[in-house]
Amino acid sequence: MTQAFRIPSAGRLDTGRTLDFTFDGKSFTGLEGDTLASALLANGVHLTGRSFKYHRPRGILSAGAEEPNALVGIHRDEARRTPNVRTTIQELYAGLTAVSQNRWPSLSFDVGAISNLGAPFFSAGFYYKTFMWPRAAWERLYEPVIRRTAGLGVAPDKPDPDHYSNRFAHCDVLVIGGGAAGLAAALAAAEKGASVIIADEQAALGGSLRFESGAEIDGRPGWEWAQETKTALRARDNVRVLTRTTGFGYYAHNMLGLVERLTDHLAEPSPEAPRERLWQVRAKRVVLATGAIERHMVFPDNDRPGVMLASAARTYLNHYGVAVGRKVSVYTAEDSAYAAAIDLKKSGTDVLAIVDLRTDPEGALVEQARSLGIDVFAGHAVTGTEGRLRVRRVSISPVSGGPRRELEIDTLLTSSGWTPAVHLFSQSRGKLAFDEENQRFLPGEYVQDAVSVGACNGTSDLAETVAESLRAGETAAKETGAKKRKTVKFEAQASEDWSSGMAGAAPGAKSGSKAMAFVDFQHDVTAKDIRQAVREGMRSIEHVKRFTTTGMATDQGKTSNIHGLAIASEMLGKPIPQVGLTTFRSPYTPVTFGALVGHGRGKLFEPTRRTPIHSWAEAHGAAFEPVGQWERAWYFPQNGEDMHAAVARECHTTRQAAGIFDATTLGKIEVVGPDAARFMELMYTNPWQKLAVGRCRYGVMLREDGFIYDDGVVGRLAEDRFHVTTTTGGAPRVLNHMEDYLQTEFPELKVWLTSTSEQWAVIAVQGPKSRDIIAPFVEDIDISDEAMPHMSVREGRVCGVPARLFRLSFTGERGFEINVPADYGLSVWEAVWAEGQKYGACAYGTETMHVLRAEKGLIIIGQETDGTVTPDDAGLNWAIGKKKTDFVGIRGLQRPDLVAKGRKQLVGLKTTDPKTVLEEGAQVVADPDQPVPMKMIGHVTSSYWSENCGHSIALALIEDGRERMGEKLFVPMPDGVIEVEVTSTVFFDPDGERTNG
Amino acid sequence: MVEIAHRTSPLEGRGFEGDGISLSVAKPASRLSLRAPEGSLPALSEALGLELPQRPKSTSTKGNRAALWLGPDEWLVIDEDGADLMAICGKIPDLHSAVDTSHRNVAIEVSGARSADVLSAGCPQDLSLARFPVGASSRTVFGKVEIILWRRDEQTFHVECWRSFSAYGFDLLEAAAREAE
Repeated sequence: MTQAFRIPSAGRLDTGRTLDFTFDGKSFTGLEGDTLASALLANGVHLTGRSFKYHRPRGILSAGAEEPNALVGIHRDEARRTPNVRTTIQELYAGLTAVSQNRWPSLSFDVGAISNLGAPFFSAGFYYKTFMWPRAAWERLYEPVIRRTAGLGVAPDKPDPDHYSNRFAHCDVLVIGGGAAGLAAALAAAEKGASVIIADEQAALGGSLRFESGAEIDGRPGWEWAQETKTALRARDNVRVLTRTTGFGYYAHNMLGLVERLTDHLAEPSPEAPRERLWQVRAKRVVLATGAIERHMVFPDNDRPGVMLASAARTYLNHYGVAVGRKVSVYTAEDSAYAAAIDLKKSGTDVLAIVDLRTDPEGALVEQARSLGIDVFAGHAVTGTEGRLRVRRVSISPVSGGPRRELEIDTLLTSSGWTPAVHLFSQSRGKLAFDEENQRFLPGEYVQDAVSVGACNGTSDLAETVAESLRAGETAAKETGAKKRKTVKFEAQASEDWSSGMAGAAPGAKSGSKAMAFVDFQHDVTAKDIRQAVREGMRSIEHVKRFTTTGMATDQGKTSNIHGLAIASEMLGKPIPQVGLTTFRSPYTPVTFGALVGHGRGKLFEPTRRTPIHSWAEAHGAAFEPVGQWERAWYFPQNGEDMHAAVARECHTTRQAAGIFDATTLGKIEVVGPDAARFMELMYTNPWQKLAVGRCRYGVMLREDGFIYDDGVVGRLAEDRFHVTTTTGGAPRVLNHMEDYLQTEFPELKVWLTSTSEQWAVIAVQGPKSRDIIAPFVEDIDISDEAMPHMSVREGRVCGVPARLFRLSFTGERGFEINVPADYGLSVWEAVWAEGQKYGACAYGTETMHVLRAEKGLIIIGQETDGTVTPDDAGLNWAIGKKKTDFVGIRGLQRPDLVAKGRKQLVGLKTTDPKTVLEEGAQVVADPDQPVPMKMIGHVTSSYWSENCGHSIALALIEDGRERMGEKLFVPMPDGVIEVEVTSTVFFDPDGERTNG
Repeated sequence: MVEIAHRTSPLEGRGFEGDGISLSVAKPASRLSLRAPEGSLPALSEALGLELPQRPKSTSTKGNRAALWLGPDEWLVIDEDGADLMAICGKIPDLHSAVDTSHRNVAIEVSGARSADVLSAGCPQDLSLARFPVGASSRTVFGKVEIILWRRDEQTFHVECWRSFSAYGFDLLEAAAREAE
């Protein structure tokens, strides 16, 4: 296509550098440096979307981040289909593919537009009031239909193939916004020697200097000054310049969230490049230079394509070299829109009229417009527009009454004034103050160390803006410790001022009017809707907002909030500050989940912890199960075994010969110091003082409330050194629990705690042949039953490396646990495994470990216990030192309800049918014939098939369980009732003969 | 006599070289988690041959041995020559706790002009030279794991983490290092 609206003499783009792109399948050409919006406008395309609710044709309103209308989908490939992209932000690249949204079958003919005819029906709060009956139809019919009809883009249905990045950063001065104000502040702070980060959402710095044709700074045109300043800042090593970077969130302690877009503007991004990078910046001082946002005028049918903001038209002309139309008029209530008319007129565009709501506009701009031959209709309003897919005619009338006049146009520029962008200031919890004279909210009381400069601070004059920003930058640098003497000073001037203009509905959209005068374009909220909300009883602006949904779309009401507020205030007869302002929340503009997630996906979502023996288990076909962050070998299927067969074999082999098990994940804490035994006495229920060096004991740890917290075998290595083991999952919290008590309750004890969980690889060798298997590797330790009985520990060498050898058993067999420094774990395991082969030993996983311990009635924390189980409940009363006067939980254990009858006690259950394996968690009842709801007297905590016993086994917590030995109980299940008998918890080798060899 | 066991690093074979960034696995070293009250410091310092630092975030080094301050009574002592640190401290009667952590930790050397930038992908600390000068050390986080960070020179950081977290740590460092600047 021809780019018929491109004016070669205007703008800053190189007309020789063209790029091809498509919109809804149609091919167009734009220029390098274009946004999608400017490229479409260069081709005369205004119609870019259909509105959310009424499917009204919509065009490009703005030239920036505030765009409510011109949202499209950008499709790179099957997976990369980004919805709701603002055409005014999306930079053009070769081959860009854009599609319009919320229309069917096409943008120019949209069946959904029929809802425009039903507009009275879709008024404010309609979904709170309609579709209430019949109730069931809401979910099945109304909601799906409304969701399909009303809406924006379509979310991609494939996983996001892009990757995202994160950076933490620190600086003295963080400047948000790279317009004249931000650049001046950054420069002044940098020259003083402060470390500075300056971020701007656009591809180039300069902000409004993009369109302000008359601006001059430091003797140069504003835009040129901005580019030179940016280059100078980039060259400094104390400044980081971030472009395409939006400061979207202002959090506590001057922590700001910035998102940098790295590849969305590229035709062929490198696969190594992240799509976006989240910056989490901690700044000593923040300079907010976020500018102001121009508001549209609220008048009947103000939403037709071709109706746009005056500053946007000026940006397209002065920066992109695009005339937004051929026959243009302006509708304004303030001065700066005159500059748009003047610039367009000078570029050769036909500017028919300036319609000014003010009765007596005056000043240089007004004079200049008149002298250029533009008709100025003072005291007039635009009272209506016509045109289906593009505005083609407007009606204007004198405000004071009089004959209507019609203008044939193709573009109407509107401006009702400028809203300072106080979003981040407000997010920082700063209090806004209402500027009565100019009817606007400005930063009032600051809560964090920040300062606002320029338009977001209500400073409208460029010279004042630059002076204020230089001062702020210099002060920020000084107050954050910068010492250099250099002070930056220069002059600036501009041909125009921004003013606050007027807010609320213009004539023609006043109370009583049935016209569709849009306040919030993106959510299709009209002035009438806001009045209706007030009529229906909404008093607070927060209620008005939720009832009408104004300001709740993806643009967060950047152009609409003040209008909505002014209309509500007029209806309520209260001044604006009394009606209130809705809360500004992050993000300022939409942020992708990808940016927030950053690196944290796939293998970086969560650390996966693996033991030194993991690679061996993998090579030997282990199935793995997650245990907390650990990935543990679950079972080792052989020759096509299923889990049941593999576990049965492993259980059998271990008791017949031996089994080798990777127990590395056990938590280990070394407790060292002269008071180590005293500390252990306080932390565990058991007595420790008399435990001999070289011996081990099973310890039970309680919480203050008397319930079991953790357990594990503890070995005494020396008078002042204990090797404590914890459950795998409990390791971090047990160490914290111990540290907490040591530091807060027992600080007088001379003892220190060090986690050694990862220092040691632990190879458990269990079974009758265990001693024979390890014997060839053990040096310096006598491992005979006499010299090293059950529950003992020795230090020596295994496979030539330093080891801690434990004689203990979690299986009921003779057993050893070899602890070697972790890097040696694999090598020692391989040696033990090779030796084990001679004795018919197998490797076993966590499932077999669970079965073997259950055969012996040994509990697992978190399975038999759930935070409400006392040692007595678990049958562990023997582990409480009866002579002890203090330990954590001792008072808890005396609570009446903990010693009362009727507590649930751990027992064994045997099913009457030996083949039936109960379901863990199943409830147990005494009488299966009682009416529902039955009285549940307990539940199954562990249940397995026991190959060694030849029947199923289960552990359960049952009310007064130990008094019910031999009693028949029942487990009602969906497919029938299972009869069980209460037994001892020990199913195998009840006398424990095997443990001792 | 049985064959003597050999070591296998959890980061066996890992390494990365990029523009301005290099990641490598440090050689095995002896490590000690040392806890002691102030009164024991002179004796321990003398035995270890270096002054145990008492200023937060600081280290002291002597030859291939270093002591990193981790807390008011806590140090990580690293000896890259593999000296028997437990034996050295075992001779000191003054109150202290020494626990061998040689195999608990794994170290990754992060070096090059982009080293601080790459670490900033997961470490929220200010790593500018002014705030984290050469010789500074601290126990901090990197992404979702705990690390001990030690700046050995302007462009070289020594990153220690527990061995089962080292794969995650290396993966995240590599992801950040692979980003084209």
